[in-house]
This record gives sequence, structure tokens and C-alpha cells, in this order.
Amino acid sequence: MHLILFIVFAGFCLAGAVNLLIQTHPINSALSLIVVMTSIAVLYLLLGAEFLAVAQVIVYAGAIMVLFTFVVMLLNAGREERTLGSRAAIVVGFPAVVALLAVAATVILHTQGLGTAAMRDGITSTQELSTVLFTKLLLPFEVTSVLILIAILGAVALARPGDGERTPGE
Amino acid sequence: MTILPFFLWSLLKVIVVTVVMLMSVAYTVLLERKLVGRIQNRWGPSRVGPFGLLQPLVDGAKLFLKEDLVPTAVYRPLYLISPVIALGCALISIAVVPFGSPSVIGPGGFHFFEISDVNIGLLVILGITSIGVYGIALSGWSSNNKYSLLGSLRSSAQLISYELALGLSLVGVVLRAGSLNLREIVESQGARGILSWNLFGGFQFVAFFIYLMAAYAETNRSPFDLPEAESELTAGYHTEYSSMKFAMFFMAEYGNMITVGCVATLLFLGGWTSPFGNLIPLPQNIVVLALLPIFWFVLKVFSFLFLYVWVRGTLPRFRYDQLMNFGWCYLMPLAILNIVATSLWLAYK
Repeated sequence: MHLILFIVFAGFCLAGAVNLLIQTHPINSALSLIVVMTSIAVLYLLLGAEFLAVAQVIVYAGAIMVLFTFVVMLLNAGREERTLGSRAAIVVGFPAVVALLAVAATVILHTQGLGTAAMRDGITSTQELSTVLFTKLLLPFEVTSVLILIAILGAVALARPGDGERTPGE
Repeated sequence: MTILPFFLWSLLKVIVVTVVMLMSVAYTVLLERKLVGRIQNRWGPSRVGPFGLLQPLVDGAKLFLKEDLVPTAVYRPLYLISPVIALGCALISIAVVPFGSPSVIGPGGFHFFEISDVNIGLLVILGITSIGVYGIALSGWSSNNKYSLLGSLRSSAQLISYELALGLSLVGVVLRAGSLNLREIVESQGARGILSWNLFGGFQFVAFFIYLMAAYAETNRSPFDLPEAESELTAGYHTEYSSMKFAMFFMAEYGNMITVGCVATLLFLGGWTSPFGNLIPLPQNIVVLALLPIFWFVLKVFSFLFLYVWVRGTLPRFRYDQLMNFGWCYLMPLAILNIVATSLWLAYK
């Protein structure tokens, strides 16, 4: 049962990713990305990480991708023009990608100490997750939040009108 | 449990719940038309059937038989799929709502009054709501109409802004119950009837107020129904839709209202538990024992829907900047303060 679900949703995930590249209209690409995100959420669920799965749907598929589609809708971006691409990209690019992937795969497969994750019925409770998050992984967690804070400050600084731009009404 | 009985039972539950849900959607529309009519000192629908009770069926038949127009300049794939997304998301979230006592168990440890008992039921509902935004956003864009686009932009911006306040307002309740499981949240407030509801005994009335406001905005209902402001945007995101496609958006709106009412009932009003607690002795008859919790649940959801219509009939519409200002500058800080206060109180206890 697990294996069937895994194959189906891994298939969805890959199909979405390929479709993302093939589609010429940006909104179709954005929608394929949503398919990818939600299929990954199901894969998380198969690994027993239910909180992570729903967080993936709410944060990535729900919030971030809505912003993507918003931008596409507001800019009214049209269809891309299909070009054949330069010959250099085909001659050098594809072998380079294959080589890179091969190297990365070999390195990962030969790394010692990586456990295998098994698909299971068991569920990691929210309590266990937060215990790990606030004890073992406290430093990375806090550093990430500082990173997000910096991003927010940057956005505010960019969006704030300069001294000369203020309208008299404000 | 073996797979076949499980599958058949689940299928039966899904069919029954979906039919009940669709019927309630139809009769919520009638409830709204009747109530708003009385508020405006007229009768509302009264010709079809006794007290106009057959009106929803006639309306449904009318919408089925109408001509289905598709404008020529629309982006077809998305135009066709967005009502499906909207209605699908509105109907799916009822799957995790427990609407009756879990102590009534069928053969093989089978729960009658809940399609599935998910550990993180509350988050699942929030997740499905956040996907439902796409139905509205894409319908406006793919219609290729400026009113539709503006309506859908307003609506999605409003949904994203208020989802934050909505989610944060629920954290206080989750902190008190110590669980995201809807059944456990209800059981945490069932001890002393109305006094142990999160709304009163749990001192979550601030959270309930925030939830109420955010829920009205989430479902695009008056006084926050700006996406459909007739005077500015004709019909908003569904301007270009006709026949059943329009009906699907319509049903999605009322389905969302019912879901929001169910969540409010489960989280703040004690779910299926009796408001009198143990003051009234429980009946011994098994059928009554099974149906009484459902009665309380339906009554609570009904009063929530009644409040929805009452608000619609009495309050004028906000302006868009007021709406955004209210959401970000008042509701969200208030929700965060509520979380801090609840956590401090729980730590002190």
C-alpha cells in the first residue's frame, strides 16, 4: 500500500517538475509547482511526518505559491517565445548535467552514517517534533528566524518611500 | 480491520456526509433568504412548497437547465477547473470534522460520526482552506475580464491576510487542549457543560472574537464581502460564470460557511457535548444517546449560521483599506497578545 502510494505521488511529483519546464505560460508553470509541492507533502506523510506534511501544504503550496500566481497575474506575463536554444547549450549542457548528477549521486550513496528512512504507519507527534526543534536544533532554528527577520527588514527598507517621495497628504 | 469492510464503510460515510452537506448548503441559502427577508420586513421565498421549503430544489433545477456560456476570450483550462477547485476544497474539509459522540462504535472499532480521525485535523482544515484560494484567484484571472480580475485580487489578498489572524486565534485553544486532534480538543472542554467551553471557561473569548471576524473575511461574507461589491465590481470573480459553474462558486461559499461554523463549534462551543454538562441525566436508550450529541452539534452550527445571516442583514460593507488596516493592525497583534497571555496563564497554572 505504501509502495503504491509512493510510486503514484513520486510520479506526480516528477511529472509536475517536468511540466513546469515544458509549459510556456508562466501561470501553468506556477500551477505545476503547486502539484510538486503537494506531492512532496504526501511523501512526507508516508515517512510519518504529518506536521511537516501539512506545514508544507500551508506554507509552500498555500502561501508562497499564491504570491507567485499573484505576481504572474498582476504583471500579466504572456506566453514565452519558444526558441531552439543555442547549440552550445545542447552540446555542453546535457552531458554536464548528467556528469554533475552522477557525481552527486555517487557521493551521496557512498557517504557513511546516513540512515535509511522507512515508509511506515507510525506518526511523529507534534510534541516530539517541537522537542527536537527546541533542544537539538535550537541554534539553526534561531539563526533561520534571524535570517527571516533580516529579509523582512530589507523588504520594509525597499518599500519605504524616500524623503523626497512623500506626498503632502501623509 | 481488513481492507474491504473499511473501504465500504468509508465509502458509505463519504456518500452520506456529502449528501447531508449539499442539502445543508441548499437550505442555508433558503435560511439566508428567509431571514434577510424578515429583517427587511418582507416574506422571502414563500410560493414553492409549504413556507417556500422546496425553493432550493427548484433553484437547483433552474441552474442545471440554464445555458452554459463560455466567453470566447477566456483561458479555457483554468476557467473550467477553478470552480471545481473552489467547490472541492469547500467539501473536502468536512471529512475531518467529528460531528457526534465518539463513544458510539460500530463493528470492528468503527466510528460512525466522523469520516476520518486525523491527528492534526485542525491543520488539515487550515491547509485545505489555503488551497481553496486558488479557485478564486484563477477564476478571476482566466476570465479575462477586469472586474473579475480585480475581484479575485481583492479576494485572495483578503484571504491571505485574514488567514494569519484566523490561524493565530486558534493557537490559544490548541495550547489549552495540548492537541491538534479535533476530537481531543472537544473532549478537553466537555467536563462541566457550558462552563468548561473554551469560549467561557477557557477565557478564549478574545480568540473567539478574532476567529469570528477572520471567518467572515475568509468566507467573503458581509461586512467583508468586498470581492463581490456589486456597486463597484458587478459580481467580482464569478462575473463571467453562468449556469452550474456559477452555482459551484455559490455552493462553495455556503459550504465554507458551514465548515467555519463546524470549526467554531468544535473549538469554542464544546462540539457535540451538551451545554448542561451532567446536570441532566443521560437517557438510557442507545438511539437517543447516539442522536443527542448530533442534535447539540447541529444546533450550535445552526446558531453560528444564524449569526452570519443576522450580521449580513444589519451591517454595511467596509471599505477595502479599512478591511486591510483592521486585519493587520488590530486583529493580528490582538491574536498574538492572546497567545502570549494564554501561554503565561498555562505556565502559571
